[in-house]
Amino acid sequence: MKSSRLPVIVFALVVVFLYVPILFLVVNSFNEARFSSTWAGFTLKWYAALFDPQNRDIWEATQRSLLIAISSSAVSMVLGTLSACALHWYRTRLQRLNYGLIYLPIVIPDLLMGISLLLFFVALGVTLGTVTILIAHITFCSSFVTVVVLGRLQGFDESIIAAARDLGATRWVAIRRVILPLLAPGIVAGGLLAFTLSVDDYVITFFVTGPGSTTLPLKIYSMVKHSRELPLINAISTIFLVITFLIVWWSQKLNQDQTTKSN
Amino acid sequence: MIKRKNEAILTGPTLLWLILFFVVPSLAMVVISFRPASTYGGVGTGWTLDAWRALGNPNYPIILWRTVWLSLVTTVICLALALPIAFVLGRMQGKWRAILLMIVIVPFWTNFVIRVAAWRILLHPEGMLRQGLVSLGLIGPDTLLLYNEGAVLMVMVYTYLPFAILPLYAAAERFDYSLLEAARDLGASGLTAVMRVFIPGISRGLLTAMALVLIPALGSYVIPDLVGGPGDEMIGNKIAQRTLGDRNLPQAATLSVALLLITLIPLIVVFYLNRRDRTHPA
Repeated sequence: MKSSRLPVIVFALVVVFLYVPILFLVVNSFNEARFSSTWAGFTLKWYAALFDPQNRDIWEATQRSLLIAISSSAVSMVLGTLSACALHWYRTRLQRLNYGLIYLPIVIPDLLMGISLLLFFVALGVTLGTVTILIAHITFCSSFVTVVVLGRLQGFDESIIAAARDLGATRWVAIRRVILPLLAPGIVAGGLLAFTLSVDDYVITFFVTGPGSTTLPLKIYSMVKHSRELPLINAISTIFLVITFLIVWWSQKLNQDQTTKSN
Repeated sequence: MIKRKNEAILTGPTLLWLILFFVVPSLAMVVISFRPASTYGGVGTGWTLDAWRALGNPNYPIILWRTVWLSLVTTVICLALALPIAFVLGRMQGKWRAILLMIVIVPFWTNFVIRVAAWRILLHPEGMLRQGLVSLGLIGPDTLLLYNEGAVLMVMVYTYLPFAILPLYAAAERFDYSLLEAARDLGASGLTAVMRVFIPGISRGLLTAMALVLIPALGSYVIPDLVGGPGDEMIGNKIAQRTLGDRNLPQAATLSVALLLITLIPLIVVFYLNRRDRTHPA
């Protein structure tokens, strides 16, 4: 068994490597010292400082981020569900093309998507701002929602639809009362993924944003880049961490409940 | 006929959206790379190869090469770290496997910019880590942990590691570990058994992991910008500079098309090998 010790050691070291910077951030958000070189005692002042009127732009950026994330995940939930159904139920040449088009935005570097959209908007003379950010986010979110809903469809019992139709349900009733409720956990999970991806996105937003349309990642980036208000970044990041964990935990639970129910 | 109409209703909206906001912009990028720059930072009319010729400027080949090199090294390190992790996870059973997988994945739920920022703060010249290392005498008082190639590589590995762990884990989960025992019984050493039985057994996962790390690594921009120095710029940084710094959009387009062509190589290789796998099962 001696030979199997090496992988375990690597595993342990990687876990340390993964958690050190994050824990450092969280711990330092409670650090009295302005620079993280020493521990000067416990404080909540950096959290309090977030509510200071002079940091109002952080909250404005947060609001814009949330607005964009909610709208783009709502639209991409519709687009993603439609295309997942198309990919699952049809095996035509059109679907092969569709499949490639859905996956490409996921695999190519996000930078390329950002720059190509920027060039497109500039060529058309579109003013950059919240609307262009929204369009960009819907584009990549739809692909991710499609993949999640498609995964849900793969465990779908097709005979249920046939049964509903045999029992006299019209096509619309079958969709509304049978297909959508069964797909709902997948659609919601896809929507939550879209929401987190949208809130998370820096690179694509950076290219298609305009003056006055700063999102939270853009705001954090400029604070980090200029090494301004580093303790504030620690505090924002810690809040961000907690919220992300709650969302992911919820979406995991949603999926789990559904799998235990269907078993 | 009804079936065809349904297919159109389901496919249409997303397909049209992607054509309008993904395919057309990508084509626009290629077209603009052959246009001259206008004086107002826009795109001029007429056709020119100026932006393409400018790629010969000694700056760009160096940066392109550095981008490819850093991405390849990142990929190799990520695979080397992810393999033992996938090996351990794949061998485990039940609840502990799920818990350990969670432990590995949880850090990647945090915001990407925040993760890179965390490293920047951790390695900061005024930070605890450097001060500690200096007072322990492990590094000289002038050594910087930040703004160098080592920092860029480390944060790239940190960022892209899950893209290697997940596909390798998925492959290891399906791997039959009793094959390793059989190899040992037949006289193979532990390392030989892993190299000759385990690695070929998860080759498909290895290929996917390679592409999933290499492709986004090639498009890195945030990491060299935040933790690298001026000598660690990658193609992504140049694209951002040409776009928002000195506003030469055709030049940004040319660099992007070059990046696109480079990322297509691993994509096509994986696609081709996967397809061959499927038609000629080993």
